[in-house]
Parts: sequence; C-alpha cells; structure tokens
Amino acid sequence: MSNNDPAHSIGRRPATGLVFMASELSILFRRRRTWALLLALAAIPVLIAVAVRLTSGPPTGRGPAFLDQITQNGLFVAVAAITVAIPLFLPLTVGVVAGDTIAGEASTGTLRYLLVAPVGRGRLLAVKFAGAVVFCLAATLAVVLAGTLIGAVLFPVGPVTLLSGDTVSIGESLLRSALICAYVTVSLTGLCAVGLFISTLTDVPVGAMAATVVISVVSQVVGQLPQLELLHPWLLSHYWFGFVDLLRQPIEWSSFAANALLQSGYVLVFGALAYGRFTTRDVLA
Amino acid sequence: MSDETLPEGPAVQTRGLSKRFGGQTVLDGIDLSVPRGSVFGFLGPNGSGKTTTIRILLGLASATSGDVEVLGRKIPRFLPEVLPRVGALVEGPGFYPFLSGRANLHRLDAADRFVDPSTRRARTAQALERVGLSQAADKKVGAYSLGMKQRLGIANALLTHRDLIVLDEPTNGLDPQGTREVRHLVHSLTAEGTTVFVSSHLLAEVEQICSHVAVLRAGKLVAQGELSELRAAGQTRVEVLTPDGADCRQVLTRLGLTPQEPTPSHHTPGGSDVAVGAPLPEHFPPETIVAALVAAGVRVKGFTVDQVGLEELFVSLTGEGFDVVQ
Repeated sequence: MSNNDPAHSIGRRPATGLVFMASELSILFRRRRTWALLLALAAIPVLIAVAVRLTSGPPTGRGPAFLDQITQNGLFVAVAAITVAIPLFLPLTVGVVAGDTIAGEASTGTLRYLLVAPVGRGRLLAVKFAGAVVFCLAATLAVVLAGTLIGAVLFPVGPVTLLSGDTVSIGESLLRSALICAYVTVSLTGLCAVGLFISTLTDVPVGAMAATVVISVVSQVVGQLPQLELLHPWLLSHYWFGFVDLLRQPIEWSSFAANALLQSGYVLVFGALAYGRFTTRDVLA
Repeated sequence: MSDETLPEGPAVQTRGLSKRFGGQTVLDGIDLSVPRGSVFGFLGPNGSGKTTTIRILLGLASATSGDVEVLGRKIPRFLPEVLPRVGALVEGPGFYPFLSGRANLHRLDAADRFVDPSTRRARTAQALERVGLSQAADKKVGAYSLGMKQRLGIANALLTHRDLIVLDEPTNGLDPQGTREVRHLVHSLTAEGTTVFVSSHLLAEVEQICSHVAVLRAGKLVAQGELSELRAAGQTRVEVLTPDGADCRQVLTRLGLTPQEPTPSHHTPGGSDVAVGAPLPEHFPPETIVAALVAAGVRVKGFTVDQVGLEELFVSLTGEGFDVVQ
C-alpha cells in the first residue's frame, strides 16, 4: 500500500545528515538577528580605524595591543580589533547563538516538531553544535575581514613586522590573519558546548544566552585572580589571547595545540552533559 | 534498511500506561487500543491527560510505567523506525515566525531523513494545497492568524504518506469553514488507509468524524470502543407522568420493565403528579405501554421515550462543569 506512493520512501536508505545541516545553516543565516550580530562585530574594527585615523594615532604604548602599529600598517587593524573583541563582544554573540540552540527551538514550539519529524536527539545536538561553531567562524571572519578592508582603505599597507621582529610579506600576513581566525574559532568551541548544555536545561532562550555569557566573563575574572592560579590552566578562556603566538617567526604552534586540546576537553565534557540531559528529558514545550 | 513494512496489529496499543510528574499522577494505567484504519476520537476535558498521552506516543515524553506500541513497535525503543510513518500536530502549531509557511515546511521535511529531497517542493506544495494555504504559502508565519498556523500544522503532518496521523485538537482556532475542511480531510485520509487519532475536548467534533472513541477523565480511561457501541450503551428510557404512581409501577412491572421509584414531577410543581421512569428493553414497542396503562385505569398525563445521547454519556463519564480535575 504505502510503498506504491512515490513520495513515500521509507525503505530507502536514509540520507546523510548533510541535508539537515544545510537547513540549519540556512535558518541561522536567514535570521536578521544573526546578521545584526555580525554587523555589530564588523563595526568594531571600523570604529577603531576611524578613531585612530581622526586622532592621528595614540602615543605608543597606550590602549589595546597593536593599536599603536595601525598608523604604520593598516593590516594591524584586524589584529587590534580581534584583541578588543575577544574578551566581551565575541563571547556575547556566541553566547546568543549557542544559548539559543535548543531553548530557542523549544520556545517557538519547533523542537517537538523536529523531534517528531524525526530528528534523533543526538543528531539534533550535533547539528546545533556544528551550526554554532560555524557562527563562531563567521563572527571571527567578520572582525578580521572588516578590519583588513578598513585598514587598507584608511592606512598605508605594506610588509608586516611581526612580534619577533621579523618582517613578512603582505600575502604571508594575510595567511597569518586566516590562522588567527582559525585559532579564535577553536577558542570559542568550548563556549559553544557550554551554551549548548545550558540551552538543554531551559525553554527560555534569553536565560540560556545570559548564563553562557556570564560563564565566559566569570572564566576571565577567575583568570585575573592570582589566588586561583591553580585553576587557570583549566579555564575556558585561558588561551584566548594565545593567538599572538601566530605572529612570531617561526610560528609558535604550542599554544594552538594546547588551546585545541583544552577546548576539545570542554566540548567532550559539556557535549556529554548536554547529551545526557537532552536524551532523557521530557520535551514539554 | 530493507523494504519491510511494520507489523500488523493495532495502530496504537498501550498497556498500563502511567505517567507521574513529581507527586502528581497525570496518567493512571491507560489501556488504549486504536484499530488500524480507524478514525479514533480521544476525548476528555481540559487537563485530563490527552496531550501527555500523545507526547508519550510520539516519544517526546517518557512513560513512568507501562508498555506502548505504535504501529506494532515498542516505543520509545523503535522510535526512529516508527516516527517517519507518523504525522503529528501536537499541542498547537510551532513554527519559525521569520520564515514563510513554505520555508517552514521545507525545514521540517529536511529534518526527516527518510523522505526523498527531490520531491520536497512538490510534496510541500501539495500539502499546502490540501489545507487551503497555497495563497499564503510565501507569507511569513509571523503574519499568520491562529487558524492559518493551525492549517500549516496540519499540512506538516501531511508532508508524506503516513500510516498514522495524530491530530491534537485540530480545529482549535479554526472557523466553521475550516472545521468542515478538517472533517473532509480526515475522511480523505482514512480513504487512503491512514489511521487518524484525533484528540478533542469537543464531543460534537468527534461524534461527526470518528469511528472509535476513548474517553479520558483525570488520567483514567473511562470508556473506549466503537462509537456505535457506545451510542447503543446509552439506554433508551420511558417516562410516565401520572398522579397514580403506585399503580403505574405495578403495570410497568407486569410488562416486564424495571420501573424506578416515582419522583415528584417538575412539570407540575406543587401538584400530586409523579414521574415514573424505566429503561426500555430493545425491540419493546413503547405504544403497548400506554395501552396497558390506560387499560389498567392509570391516568396518563404524559409519556416520553428518550435516547440518552452521547452528550449525556460524555458528561456522565467526565463530570459536569468547568472544573479542571487536576
């Protein structure tokens, strides 16, 4: 009976998760909210560059790192902007997206329909996490691309002098920028996992978003307290500024590796917590 | 996965299904049996546990105890196998307000790994057509009325052929026209061999479209069966209005009826008339009763034959009034 229906294709090999992943990304990037977040991030380097340009540069040694190099080389706008964005703005936007993952679906009532569609609960978590990580990459790219562009427009561009004192070509420095994007994206995956877990605890997305952002702030505050030094290597934010090691010659990869290891630890632990919670709870929203 | 079909047997079967939230028992030993191909009405007042039962059938919530089988497979163990064959509208529609109706259906269809993506466009268009939403398909759902969202929710259940469709309060927010359309839709689904499970707190709605009914009250199943059986179980009664209560009872007893104690009639307040009621056995011609009464000299002021309607049955089963039981 049912198998005569061409639209009905049970018995057909199930599709890979890619179709649903594509749907998830298209939903994420069709939301106006996502674009507002990305635009806000892109505004950071623009603000910095314009401010520095109008005031003909701060005296060296003051303000955020790399700020004093901007007037000599526009390519430093991106790095300065990333430095400014890492402690608050990036975690804020990532917190919004990661905190919204499950709780957002619950609050619109779409969660029950996705589960009945059916999307397995584990698969839904995996796709939601992957979507949040893609957003981290987009967020980082927004800062770095906008920074590079505005820097090239407002300031002279030339070979870049690295922290180690060596000079690399413009092409090489763009490659380093791409590496910084990768580093910062990896830095934020742990926060994505934390946000995903918190998002499985509630049906109120704003609560999950706020809690995720608070955790990133607490992590950084604890990181500032010498009395809690014992905890520092385990903090989510411990290696967040380690990206500067990518601006040495030769590249200092150890912080990249340590960061990746720490973040995957967070992904494993909070991923497991999210799975444990989400696969056993009743979906009542 | 092979081309196997799911085992035969009832579309839904539960044994001793119970659910407790905290200290509260929401479902208490439900034994539900929904025959294949039936239109099954799941009736009960607000808060009686209808939606909770549906959540458990669909694997959204877990049962505290008891067995659940849907389409012949144990739930929740075989959910991944069963759910692609089940379409559902659960506790109202849920959609992304910033997407169009069509895009919402595409999204939910993409979530189902067992359907063919190449037919997605055609299938969504067909489902939208079936619920009369083709005109509004490209409007954002945020701009939909409640009734339109409800239609979209039903369209989602129809995206592909289903063996079982669960509709939780499908006519909520629909105008009379929409309600009629839902009735037609349900008929056409049954014609395709789909089992339809409809929950409702409105008896009239269920009475018109269902072949089978179950009635839930405060988490307990108080009636279940074919609609025609339940109707038949509703007794036919005769009632005689007379000043001669005792004589009347005698005559009725002689005729083989079991008359009740005469009650003061409310038709003639203050008078001496009483009403004598008795259940009427099947195939008993009521007119012979009047003849016998008159022959015995009983003064008959009124005589009525009443069918206890499904409405009365429903009210007697679920209790009257607006009080939510739990």
